[in-house]
Amino acid sequence: MRNPVLLVEGLKAGYGRHEVLRGVNLRVGKGERVVVMGPSGSGKSTLLKCAVCLVKPTAGRIVLDGDEVTSDHVDLRKVRAKTGFVFQQYNLFPHMTVLRNLTLPLEAVKKVPRNEAERRAMEILREFDLEEFAHRYPLQLSGGQQQRVAIARALLMDPVLLLLDEPTSALDPELRLEVLEMLIEVAKQGRSMLIVTHELDFAKAAADRIVLMDNGVIMEEGKPSEILSHPKSERARRFLVEIEARIERPRAPVKG
Amino acid sequence: MSESLSFILSVIPDLVGGLWTTLQISVASFALGIALAVILLPLRVFAPPLLSIFARGYVELFRGTPLLVQLLLIYFGLPSLGIKLDAYTACVLAIGLNSAAYQSEILRSAVKSIPEFQFLAAESLGFSTVQTYRYVVLPQALRVAVPALVNEVVTLIKESSLASVLGVVELTRRGEYLVAYTFRALEVYVAVALIYLAVCSLMSQATRYLEAKLRIPGYERVSA
Repeated sequence: MRNPVLLVEGLKAGYGRHEVLRGVNLRVGKGERVVVMGPSGSGKSTLLKCAVCLVKPTAGRIVLDGDEVTSDHVDLRKVRAKTGFVFQQYNLFPHMTVLRNLTLPLEAVKKVPRNEAERRAMEILREFDLEEFAHRYPLQLSGGQQQRVAIARALLMDPVLLLLDEPTSALDPELRLEVLEMLIEVAKQGRSMLIVTHELDFAKAAADRIVLMDNGVIMEEGKPSEILSHPKSERARRFLVEIEARIERPRAPVKG
Repeated sequence: MSESLSFILSVIPDLVGGLWTTLQISVASFALGIALAVILLPLRVFAPPLLSIFARGYVELFRGTPLLVQLLLIYFGLPSLGIKLDAYTACVLAIGLNSAAYQSEILRSAVKSIPEFQFLAAESLGFSTVQTYRYVVLPQALRVAVPALVNEVVTLIKESSLASVLGVVELTRRGEYLVAYTFRALEVYVAVALIYLAVCSLMSQATRYLEAKLRIPGYERVSA
């Protein structure tokens, strides 16, 4: 890992007097897929948001694809244009069609001409079986479909790192699977991903590394096989038993 | 009774000439109001302390004093400072300045109604603040604001009757003239009221039409 896409050193962040991250060190290599897990309130989501400065860190250093995110002189728009961020609540723009949701960032941020942007957008919609929704509005789609569109929108920017913040946890169990399948497909394309999720199926199928967080620090990290079957600490073991029990898994694969 | 009715009908054509001036004042002051409101909006939303205090002071001042007083101040007060305006201009200025205070509040609350995640999404895609407002926030905020803005037009149509105090011959003033000629105050003012009512209900219909036209597809499913 000589060339990490993301390098996080001694990261601290908080809201007011409440400290959420208390010194996090993390490297994500090129093409690496890292899953972040941990109890709610452990700082996973804040870690992700800090990576592109949607939350401003209070201390530490973040380097994203060679750009010093934590420096005062960095062009954050440039950093954000290089990354894709997928939120728990899909975050599509409700007043635009699916197609426009995809083309607007290309046109506004990357200055791609309209017809070229449309061509690329249709291409990616076709790739992920979303073509039929191109001219519909986000709120006319199911949550799962919206989230897949949101992932497609992030991918369309050809990000050096795809950040996903609990992309399936707002969805009903039967809608999670279609998103999960898409994510596994994306992971197989070799894109660098940092994903906060409790989907053990994704972690097993596609993650190179699992990072377990607790209380604002990383409590354990390693290969999925090691972490999931032989967690070192008692806390990590208890947490894994808990999510295994809590998560209601869809049984049969449903093809969207 | 039927004589009264036909009298009311007979004066309506006479009054409609005044309606034209009423509408001119309303539209001009609405335009002035929204132009100022659009300037006040960023001052209030982005709140650089000093300017935002200015913007808030403006809103407080114009909402906290009667429009009639503002009108009298501008028409009779400003000449003492060397600024002399004709009655029509004074009316448009007073009503427009007053309306700007209300319209900036309408726009501000519309912008505040756009959920935080929309800003986050735009920011995460690398949009500049200007782009975020231009493509994401304002198109949605304007949809939210439309009913309130049309309502503001209705208010202005009614408030423009204050122009009669300065002698501008708009609908109400025209009515006063007719009363002076005919001595039939009841019928004339009923006719005046009917014309205001007709125009204002037309505007309310327009709101409903606009709302339906601007509704974001799929939105009804979520709000239901």
